[in-house]
Amino acid sequence: MTFGVRLHIWGERACFTRPEMKVERVSYDVITPSAARGILEAIHWKPAIRWCVDRIHVLKPIRFESIRRNEVGHKLPASTVSKAMKAGRVDDVAYYVDQGRQQRAATVLRDVGYVIEAHFEFTSRADDSDTPGKHLDIFNRRARQGQCFHMPCLGTREFPASFALIESDEAMPSVDEQLAGERDLGFMLHDIDFANGKTPRFFRAGMRDGVIEVPPFAEALA
Amino acid sequence: MSVIANRYEFVLLFDVTNGNPNGDPDAGNLPRLDPETNQGLVTDVCLKRKIRNYVALEQEGNAGYAIYMQEKSVLNNQHKKAYEALGIEPEAKKLPKDQAKARELTAWMCANFFDVRTFGAVMTTEVNSGQVRGPVQMAFATSIDPVVPMEVSITRMAVTNEKDLEKERTMGRKHIIPYGLYRVHGYISAKLGERTGFTEDDLELLWRALINMFEHDRSASRGEMSARKLIVFKHENPMGNAPAHTLFDRVQVKRVEGETDTPARYYSNYAVTVDRDELPSGITIDVRL
Repeated sequence: MTFGVRLHIWGERACFTRPEMKVERVSYDVITPSAARGILEAIHWKPAIRWCVDRIHVLKPIRFESIRRNEVGHKLPASTVSKAMKAGRVDDVAYYVDQGRQQRAATVLRDVGYVIEAHFEFTSRADDSDTPGKHLDIFNRRARQGQCFHMPCLGTREFPASFALIESDEAMPSVDEQLAGERDLGFMLHDIDFANGKTPRFFRAGMRDGVIEVPPFAEALA
Repeated sequence: MSVIANRYEFVLLFDVTNGNPNGDPDAGNLPRLDPETNQGLVTDVCLKRKIRNYVALEQEGNAGYAIYMQEKSVLNNQHKKAYEALGIEPEAKKLPKDQAKARELTAWMCANFFDVRTFGAVMTTEVNSGQVRGPVQMAFATSIDPVVPMEVSITRMAVTNEKDLEKERTMGRKHIIPYGLYRVHGYISAKLGERTGFTEDDLELLWRALINMFEHDRSASRGEMSARKLIVFKHENPMGNAPAHTLFDRVQVKRVEGETDTPARYYSNYAVTVDRDELPSGITIDVRL
């Protein structure tokens, strides 16, 4: 029995930030398995299951655009909040955006479309009630009806992802002809290993005719 | 007040006349443009800023409606009113586990700050739960048609430095868009709202903010901006009843007949239609403006 799902996602813009260029964000050429997992989880996820991305189909040519925005530079320290809680007043809890302002550019993708092929595995938190059919049904039903836990996004929340389920008997959307041939996308983030102190793991991404085979997470390089 | 139990999507149409809705720091404060299509852009964060400012004005000093991300101008609105504690006892001295403590801090921030509850915020760093994902998500606003920014040179009759007194006057530049109608899409997740405590009252306040935010954001650079139409899609099911993009497709903005070749200068040059035919079950359309 296969637990595989295929989800077509698309959007106007996307930013899958490269970890080495995250101050002035530069996106990877394509969606990372980690971001793809996040999109699946936005539609259905339970602690009993773990999504594994098997394949990513890139449907549209890879194009970039630059956007510079006023952003903030630091985070609220926990001590400020606990102090305010004790004092019972909010006066001092504030961030003055024009004092801590940073202007940052983001190099983001334009007009993207992907198909994510994925399956799920059970985690140690699964119990007898967690049958593959149940979770598969929930996911398929939600994806078919456009239901989601929260709106999935293409890397960052300002770039929402539209999605549609590709039924098992349905054909794949066509891949743009510019993507024909082989392309080496270099090392890409596979996912973050949350069990081991949030270690990022990488894999060598190669794209053939728009298709990226994603190795199992265990094989990714730490 | 109860937290929201429905998923929503909304389309907001707003326009600008002889103003700059959102300057691009990369392009010398020219209005933002999509380089491929020449459509105007307004970033999500620009609109969220205006929502925050509106809420800060409307709810000034009210408990639970403080704004965390403040602009300096709002600093003057000192929240002098005695703040009523919401009955959360700080337990820092009881040595709770780090995670539990962080949750408590996060909950307190959500309860007290409208913007944290609505848009989320990255706060306390040491524990993961110090990060809040708010229910309200907005995309970039895009103009319906390509916009053509104009550069307007202006002069000033006074000088800044005394040594410049001999010079006649200083010249400045303003960048304006003669007219642009912008469209923005927003998403509200009931499930994330549950976690931050985003109530029905907050939702009403958000609608008011979207409709009125430009009325309180007048400035020399903005020109005349106004919200023109706010169309809300309400899902009966908290997870949603229809894909968001199919709902957005129901809102069509077109030039009125026979005008497609002329530049638009007024809202009346556009016709907005909302397709209500064969609405998916469980979806209601509410035109708020």
